[in-house]
Amino acid sequence: MQTNNSKPFHNSPIRRFFNGIKGHELILNVITTFMLGAGSIFIITPFLYMLSTSLKDINQLRSNPLAFIPTESKMANIAGKDEPLYTVIIDGVKNELALVKNLTEGKGIFVDPADPSVQQTLVIKEQKELRVTEIHWENYPEALTSVPFDRYIMNTLLVTFVTMIGMLFSCSLVAYGFSRFRAPWLNVLFLVLLSTIMLPGQVRMIPMYVFFQKIGWVDTFLPLLVPAFFANAYDVFLLRQFIMTIPLEMDDAARIDGANPLQILLYVILPQSRPAIIAVSIFHFLWAWNDFYEPLIYLHSRSNWTVAIGLQTFDALYTVNTHLIMAASLVMIIPPIALFFLAQKVFTQGVVFSGVK
Amino acid sequence: MTILKRQSMSISRKEAFFGYLFISPWVIGFIVFTIGPMLASFYYSFTNYNMAATPKWVGIDNYVHLLTTDPLFWKSLQVTLYYAVLALPLGLILSFIVAILLNQKIPFVNVWRTIYFLPSVIAGVGVTLLWVRIFNPRVGMLTPILAWFGIKAPNFLQDSNWIVPALVMMGLWGIGGGMIIYLAGLQGVPTDMYDAAKVDGANVFQRFLYVTLPMTTPVIFYNLVMDLISTFQYFTTVYVATGGTGGPNRASLFYNLYLYQNAFKYNEMGYASSMAWVLFIIVVSLTLLVFRSSTAWVYYEGQLRGRG
Repeated sequence: MQTNNSKPFHNSPIRRFFNGIKGHELILNVITTFMLGAGSIFIITPFLYMLSTSLKDINQLRSNPLAFIPTESKMANIAGKDEPLYTVIIDGVKNELALVKNLTEGKGIFVDPADPSVQQTLVIKEQKELRVTEIHWENYPEALTSVPFDRYIMNTLLVTFVTMIGMLFSCSLVAYGFSRFRAPWLNVLFLVLLSTIMLPGQVRMIPMYVFFQKIGWVDTFLPLLVPAFFANAYDVFLLRQFIMTIPLEMDDAARIDGANPLQILLYVILPQSRPAIIAVSIFHFLWAWNDFYEPLIYLHSRSNWTVAIGLQTFDALYTVNTHLIMAASLVMIIPPIALFFLAQKVFTQGVVFSGVK
Repeated sequence: MTILKRQSMSISRKEAFFGYLFISPWVIGFIVFTIGPMLASFYYSFTNYNMAATPKWVGIDNYVHLLTTDPLFWKSLQVTLYYAVLALPLGLILSFIVAILLNQKIPFVNVWRTIYFLPSVIAGVGVTLLWVRIFNPRVGMLTPILAWFGIKAPNFLQDSNWIVPALVMMGLWGIGGGMIIYLAGLQGVPTDMYDAAKVDGANVFQRFLYVTLPMTTPVIFYNLVMDLISTFQYFTTVYVATGGTGGPNRASLFYNLYLYQNAFKYNEMGYASSMAWVLFIIVVSLTLLVFRSSTAWVYYEGQLRGRG
């Protein structure tokens, strides 16, 4: 049934795929692709809407929210006023005429911009409005400078990277402790650690807020930064699962060479755990970048806000300027998306070695 | 002999010492940032506390008020459960279906996986603002699209009947997170099981029903528990979408949002703490319920092997 004669395609993935496949499997795969394609419209369209909206002005948006490419009426200057141009066909010849006055019954007066004295009365609906592409790149600088987003971005990066360092430092120590040492109660403590993943944060949030308030840390970054240095269950679990896969013989070899436990961690375990460390760093970046609740309760003054808070407040101030909101939102989601494309493999691996199944 | 024994004792002691030393950052953090605050929160839940004065002991008044005379508590519980009843099964089924589709040998499968996973990495304020605009009747894209099909769209986020379904729809956009976990589970099903089923003459649907589904129940279980917990923590999206009000007419006053309002808007730290503990009890009981039921429907391969 299948032949390899069609040379131009013989190496394409589609071609390779179609070779040696059974009829009913082919049908199933076509159905699968079709369903995925249909579903992906739901996934992709919002991104396109966001991009397109961020490049429109408010009138373009209101006149047609669905137009992907922002356009505007082409105008001509007639007697000192800008009037919209229409393509009008008169006696089989295309003319560009300007609409200068609306009359009753949907009619309007059209004139030739070159010679405004000749007037034609035509039905407006029957003529085609001339539109030109008009992309508003200036929305981006306008959105990003109307509130101090540069400050917010710096704050977010500061919080993200300091907590990342704290998380990596503490979680690798703790994960090492839970994976390489035998001690009474260590297993029980590990179960306690795991159970904190399911603990609703609300039961500790209020006293922590009260405590940070009392020691004067509210409205500083410290309530966000300091706890990161005391490990968290999720990242410890991920790192520990990975360390468990590193052969114990490597530790033994280092120990025979006279390495102490800390040196084994630094020179054997950590270099071997590179993929896991990269994975938890990426997950941490995404979490910290998108985090909203903690910055909301702890960071009060404008100069301390992170991007998440700044963007939410920007929305409250500039609600009607949808195009500016979309421009700022798009900028906010670029770092996670860029990171995702740079490190796609890590995302799938991360789940695999978390031992979820 | 005795020397050897003493030496091995000291080695295991040393090992234990280092074990405790390495986990000490977590132990300290656990005491300072989890156990301590939990005890304090439990105490606050029996007090009237506004942070200005010292906590005033009121016994179980907060809980009584919460359960008997605060209509908003029940409202917020109802809103949260309504969302859970819509979002959990829909999200679970859809992300499972997508994972099955993405586990087929189709061309460009990695491109499809990327597309479906992408929204889940950008969850946050930006995405919520995007969806708020999509639902907007004047500038959004949903109203004109529905109009093509002759449907007159409601004003989703301003309509108390529609705001929760609209939030569910926003959530479904991000099913990629659950999907990728299902995908990992599906990839963990040994292919020889499918081969064996094929040899026995099982068709596609039978293979799904008797191989795929039982083998992935642990992953379904994991996702169910995690989704359940996160639904009760639902906050950022509804805060951003409604400006922290839970409107219109409190139709989106989620439990966690109402708790936040009590704590940080009305400064009722004692009352908010009692809400936190009620939440804790609800989450723990629901999780235990799912765990208990899991013996009936979750299949662990290793377990069976152990018995056999």
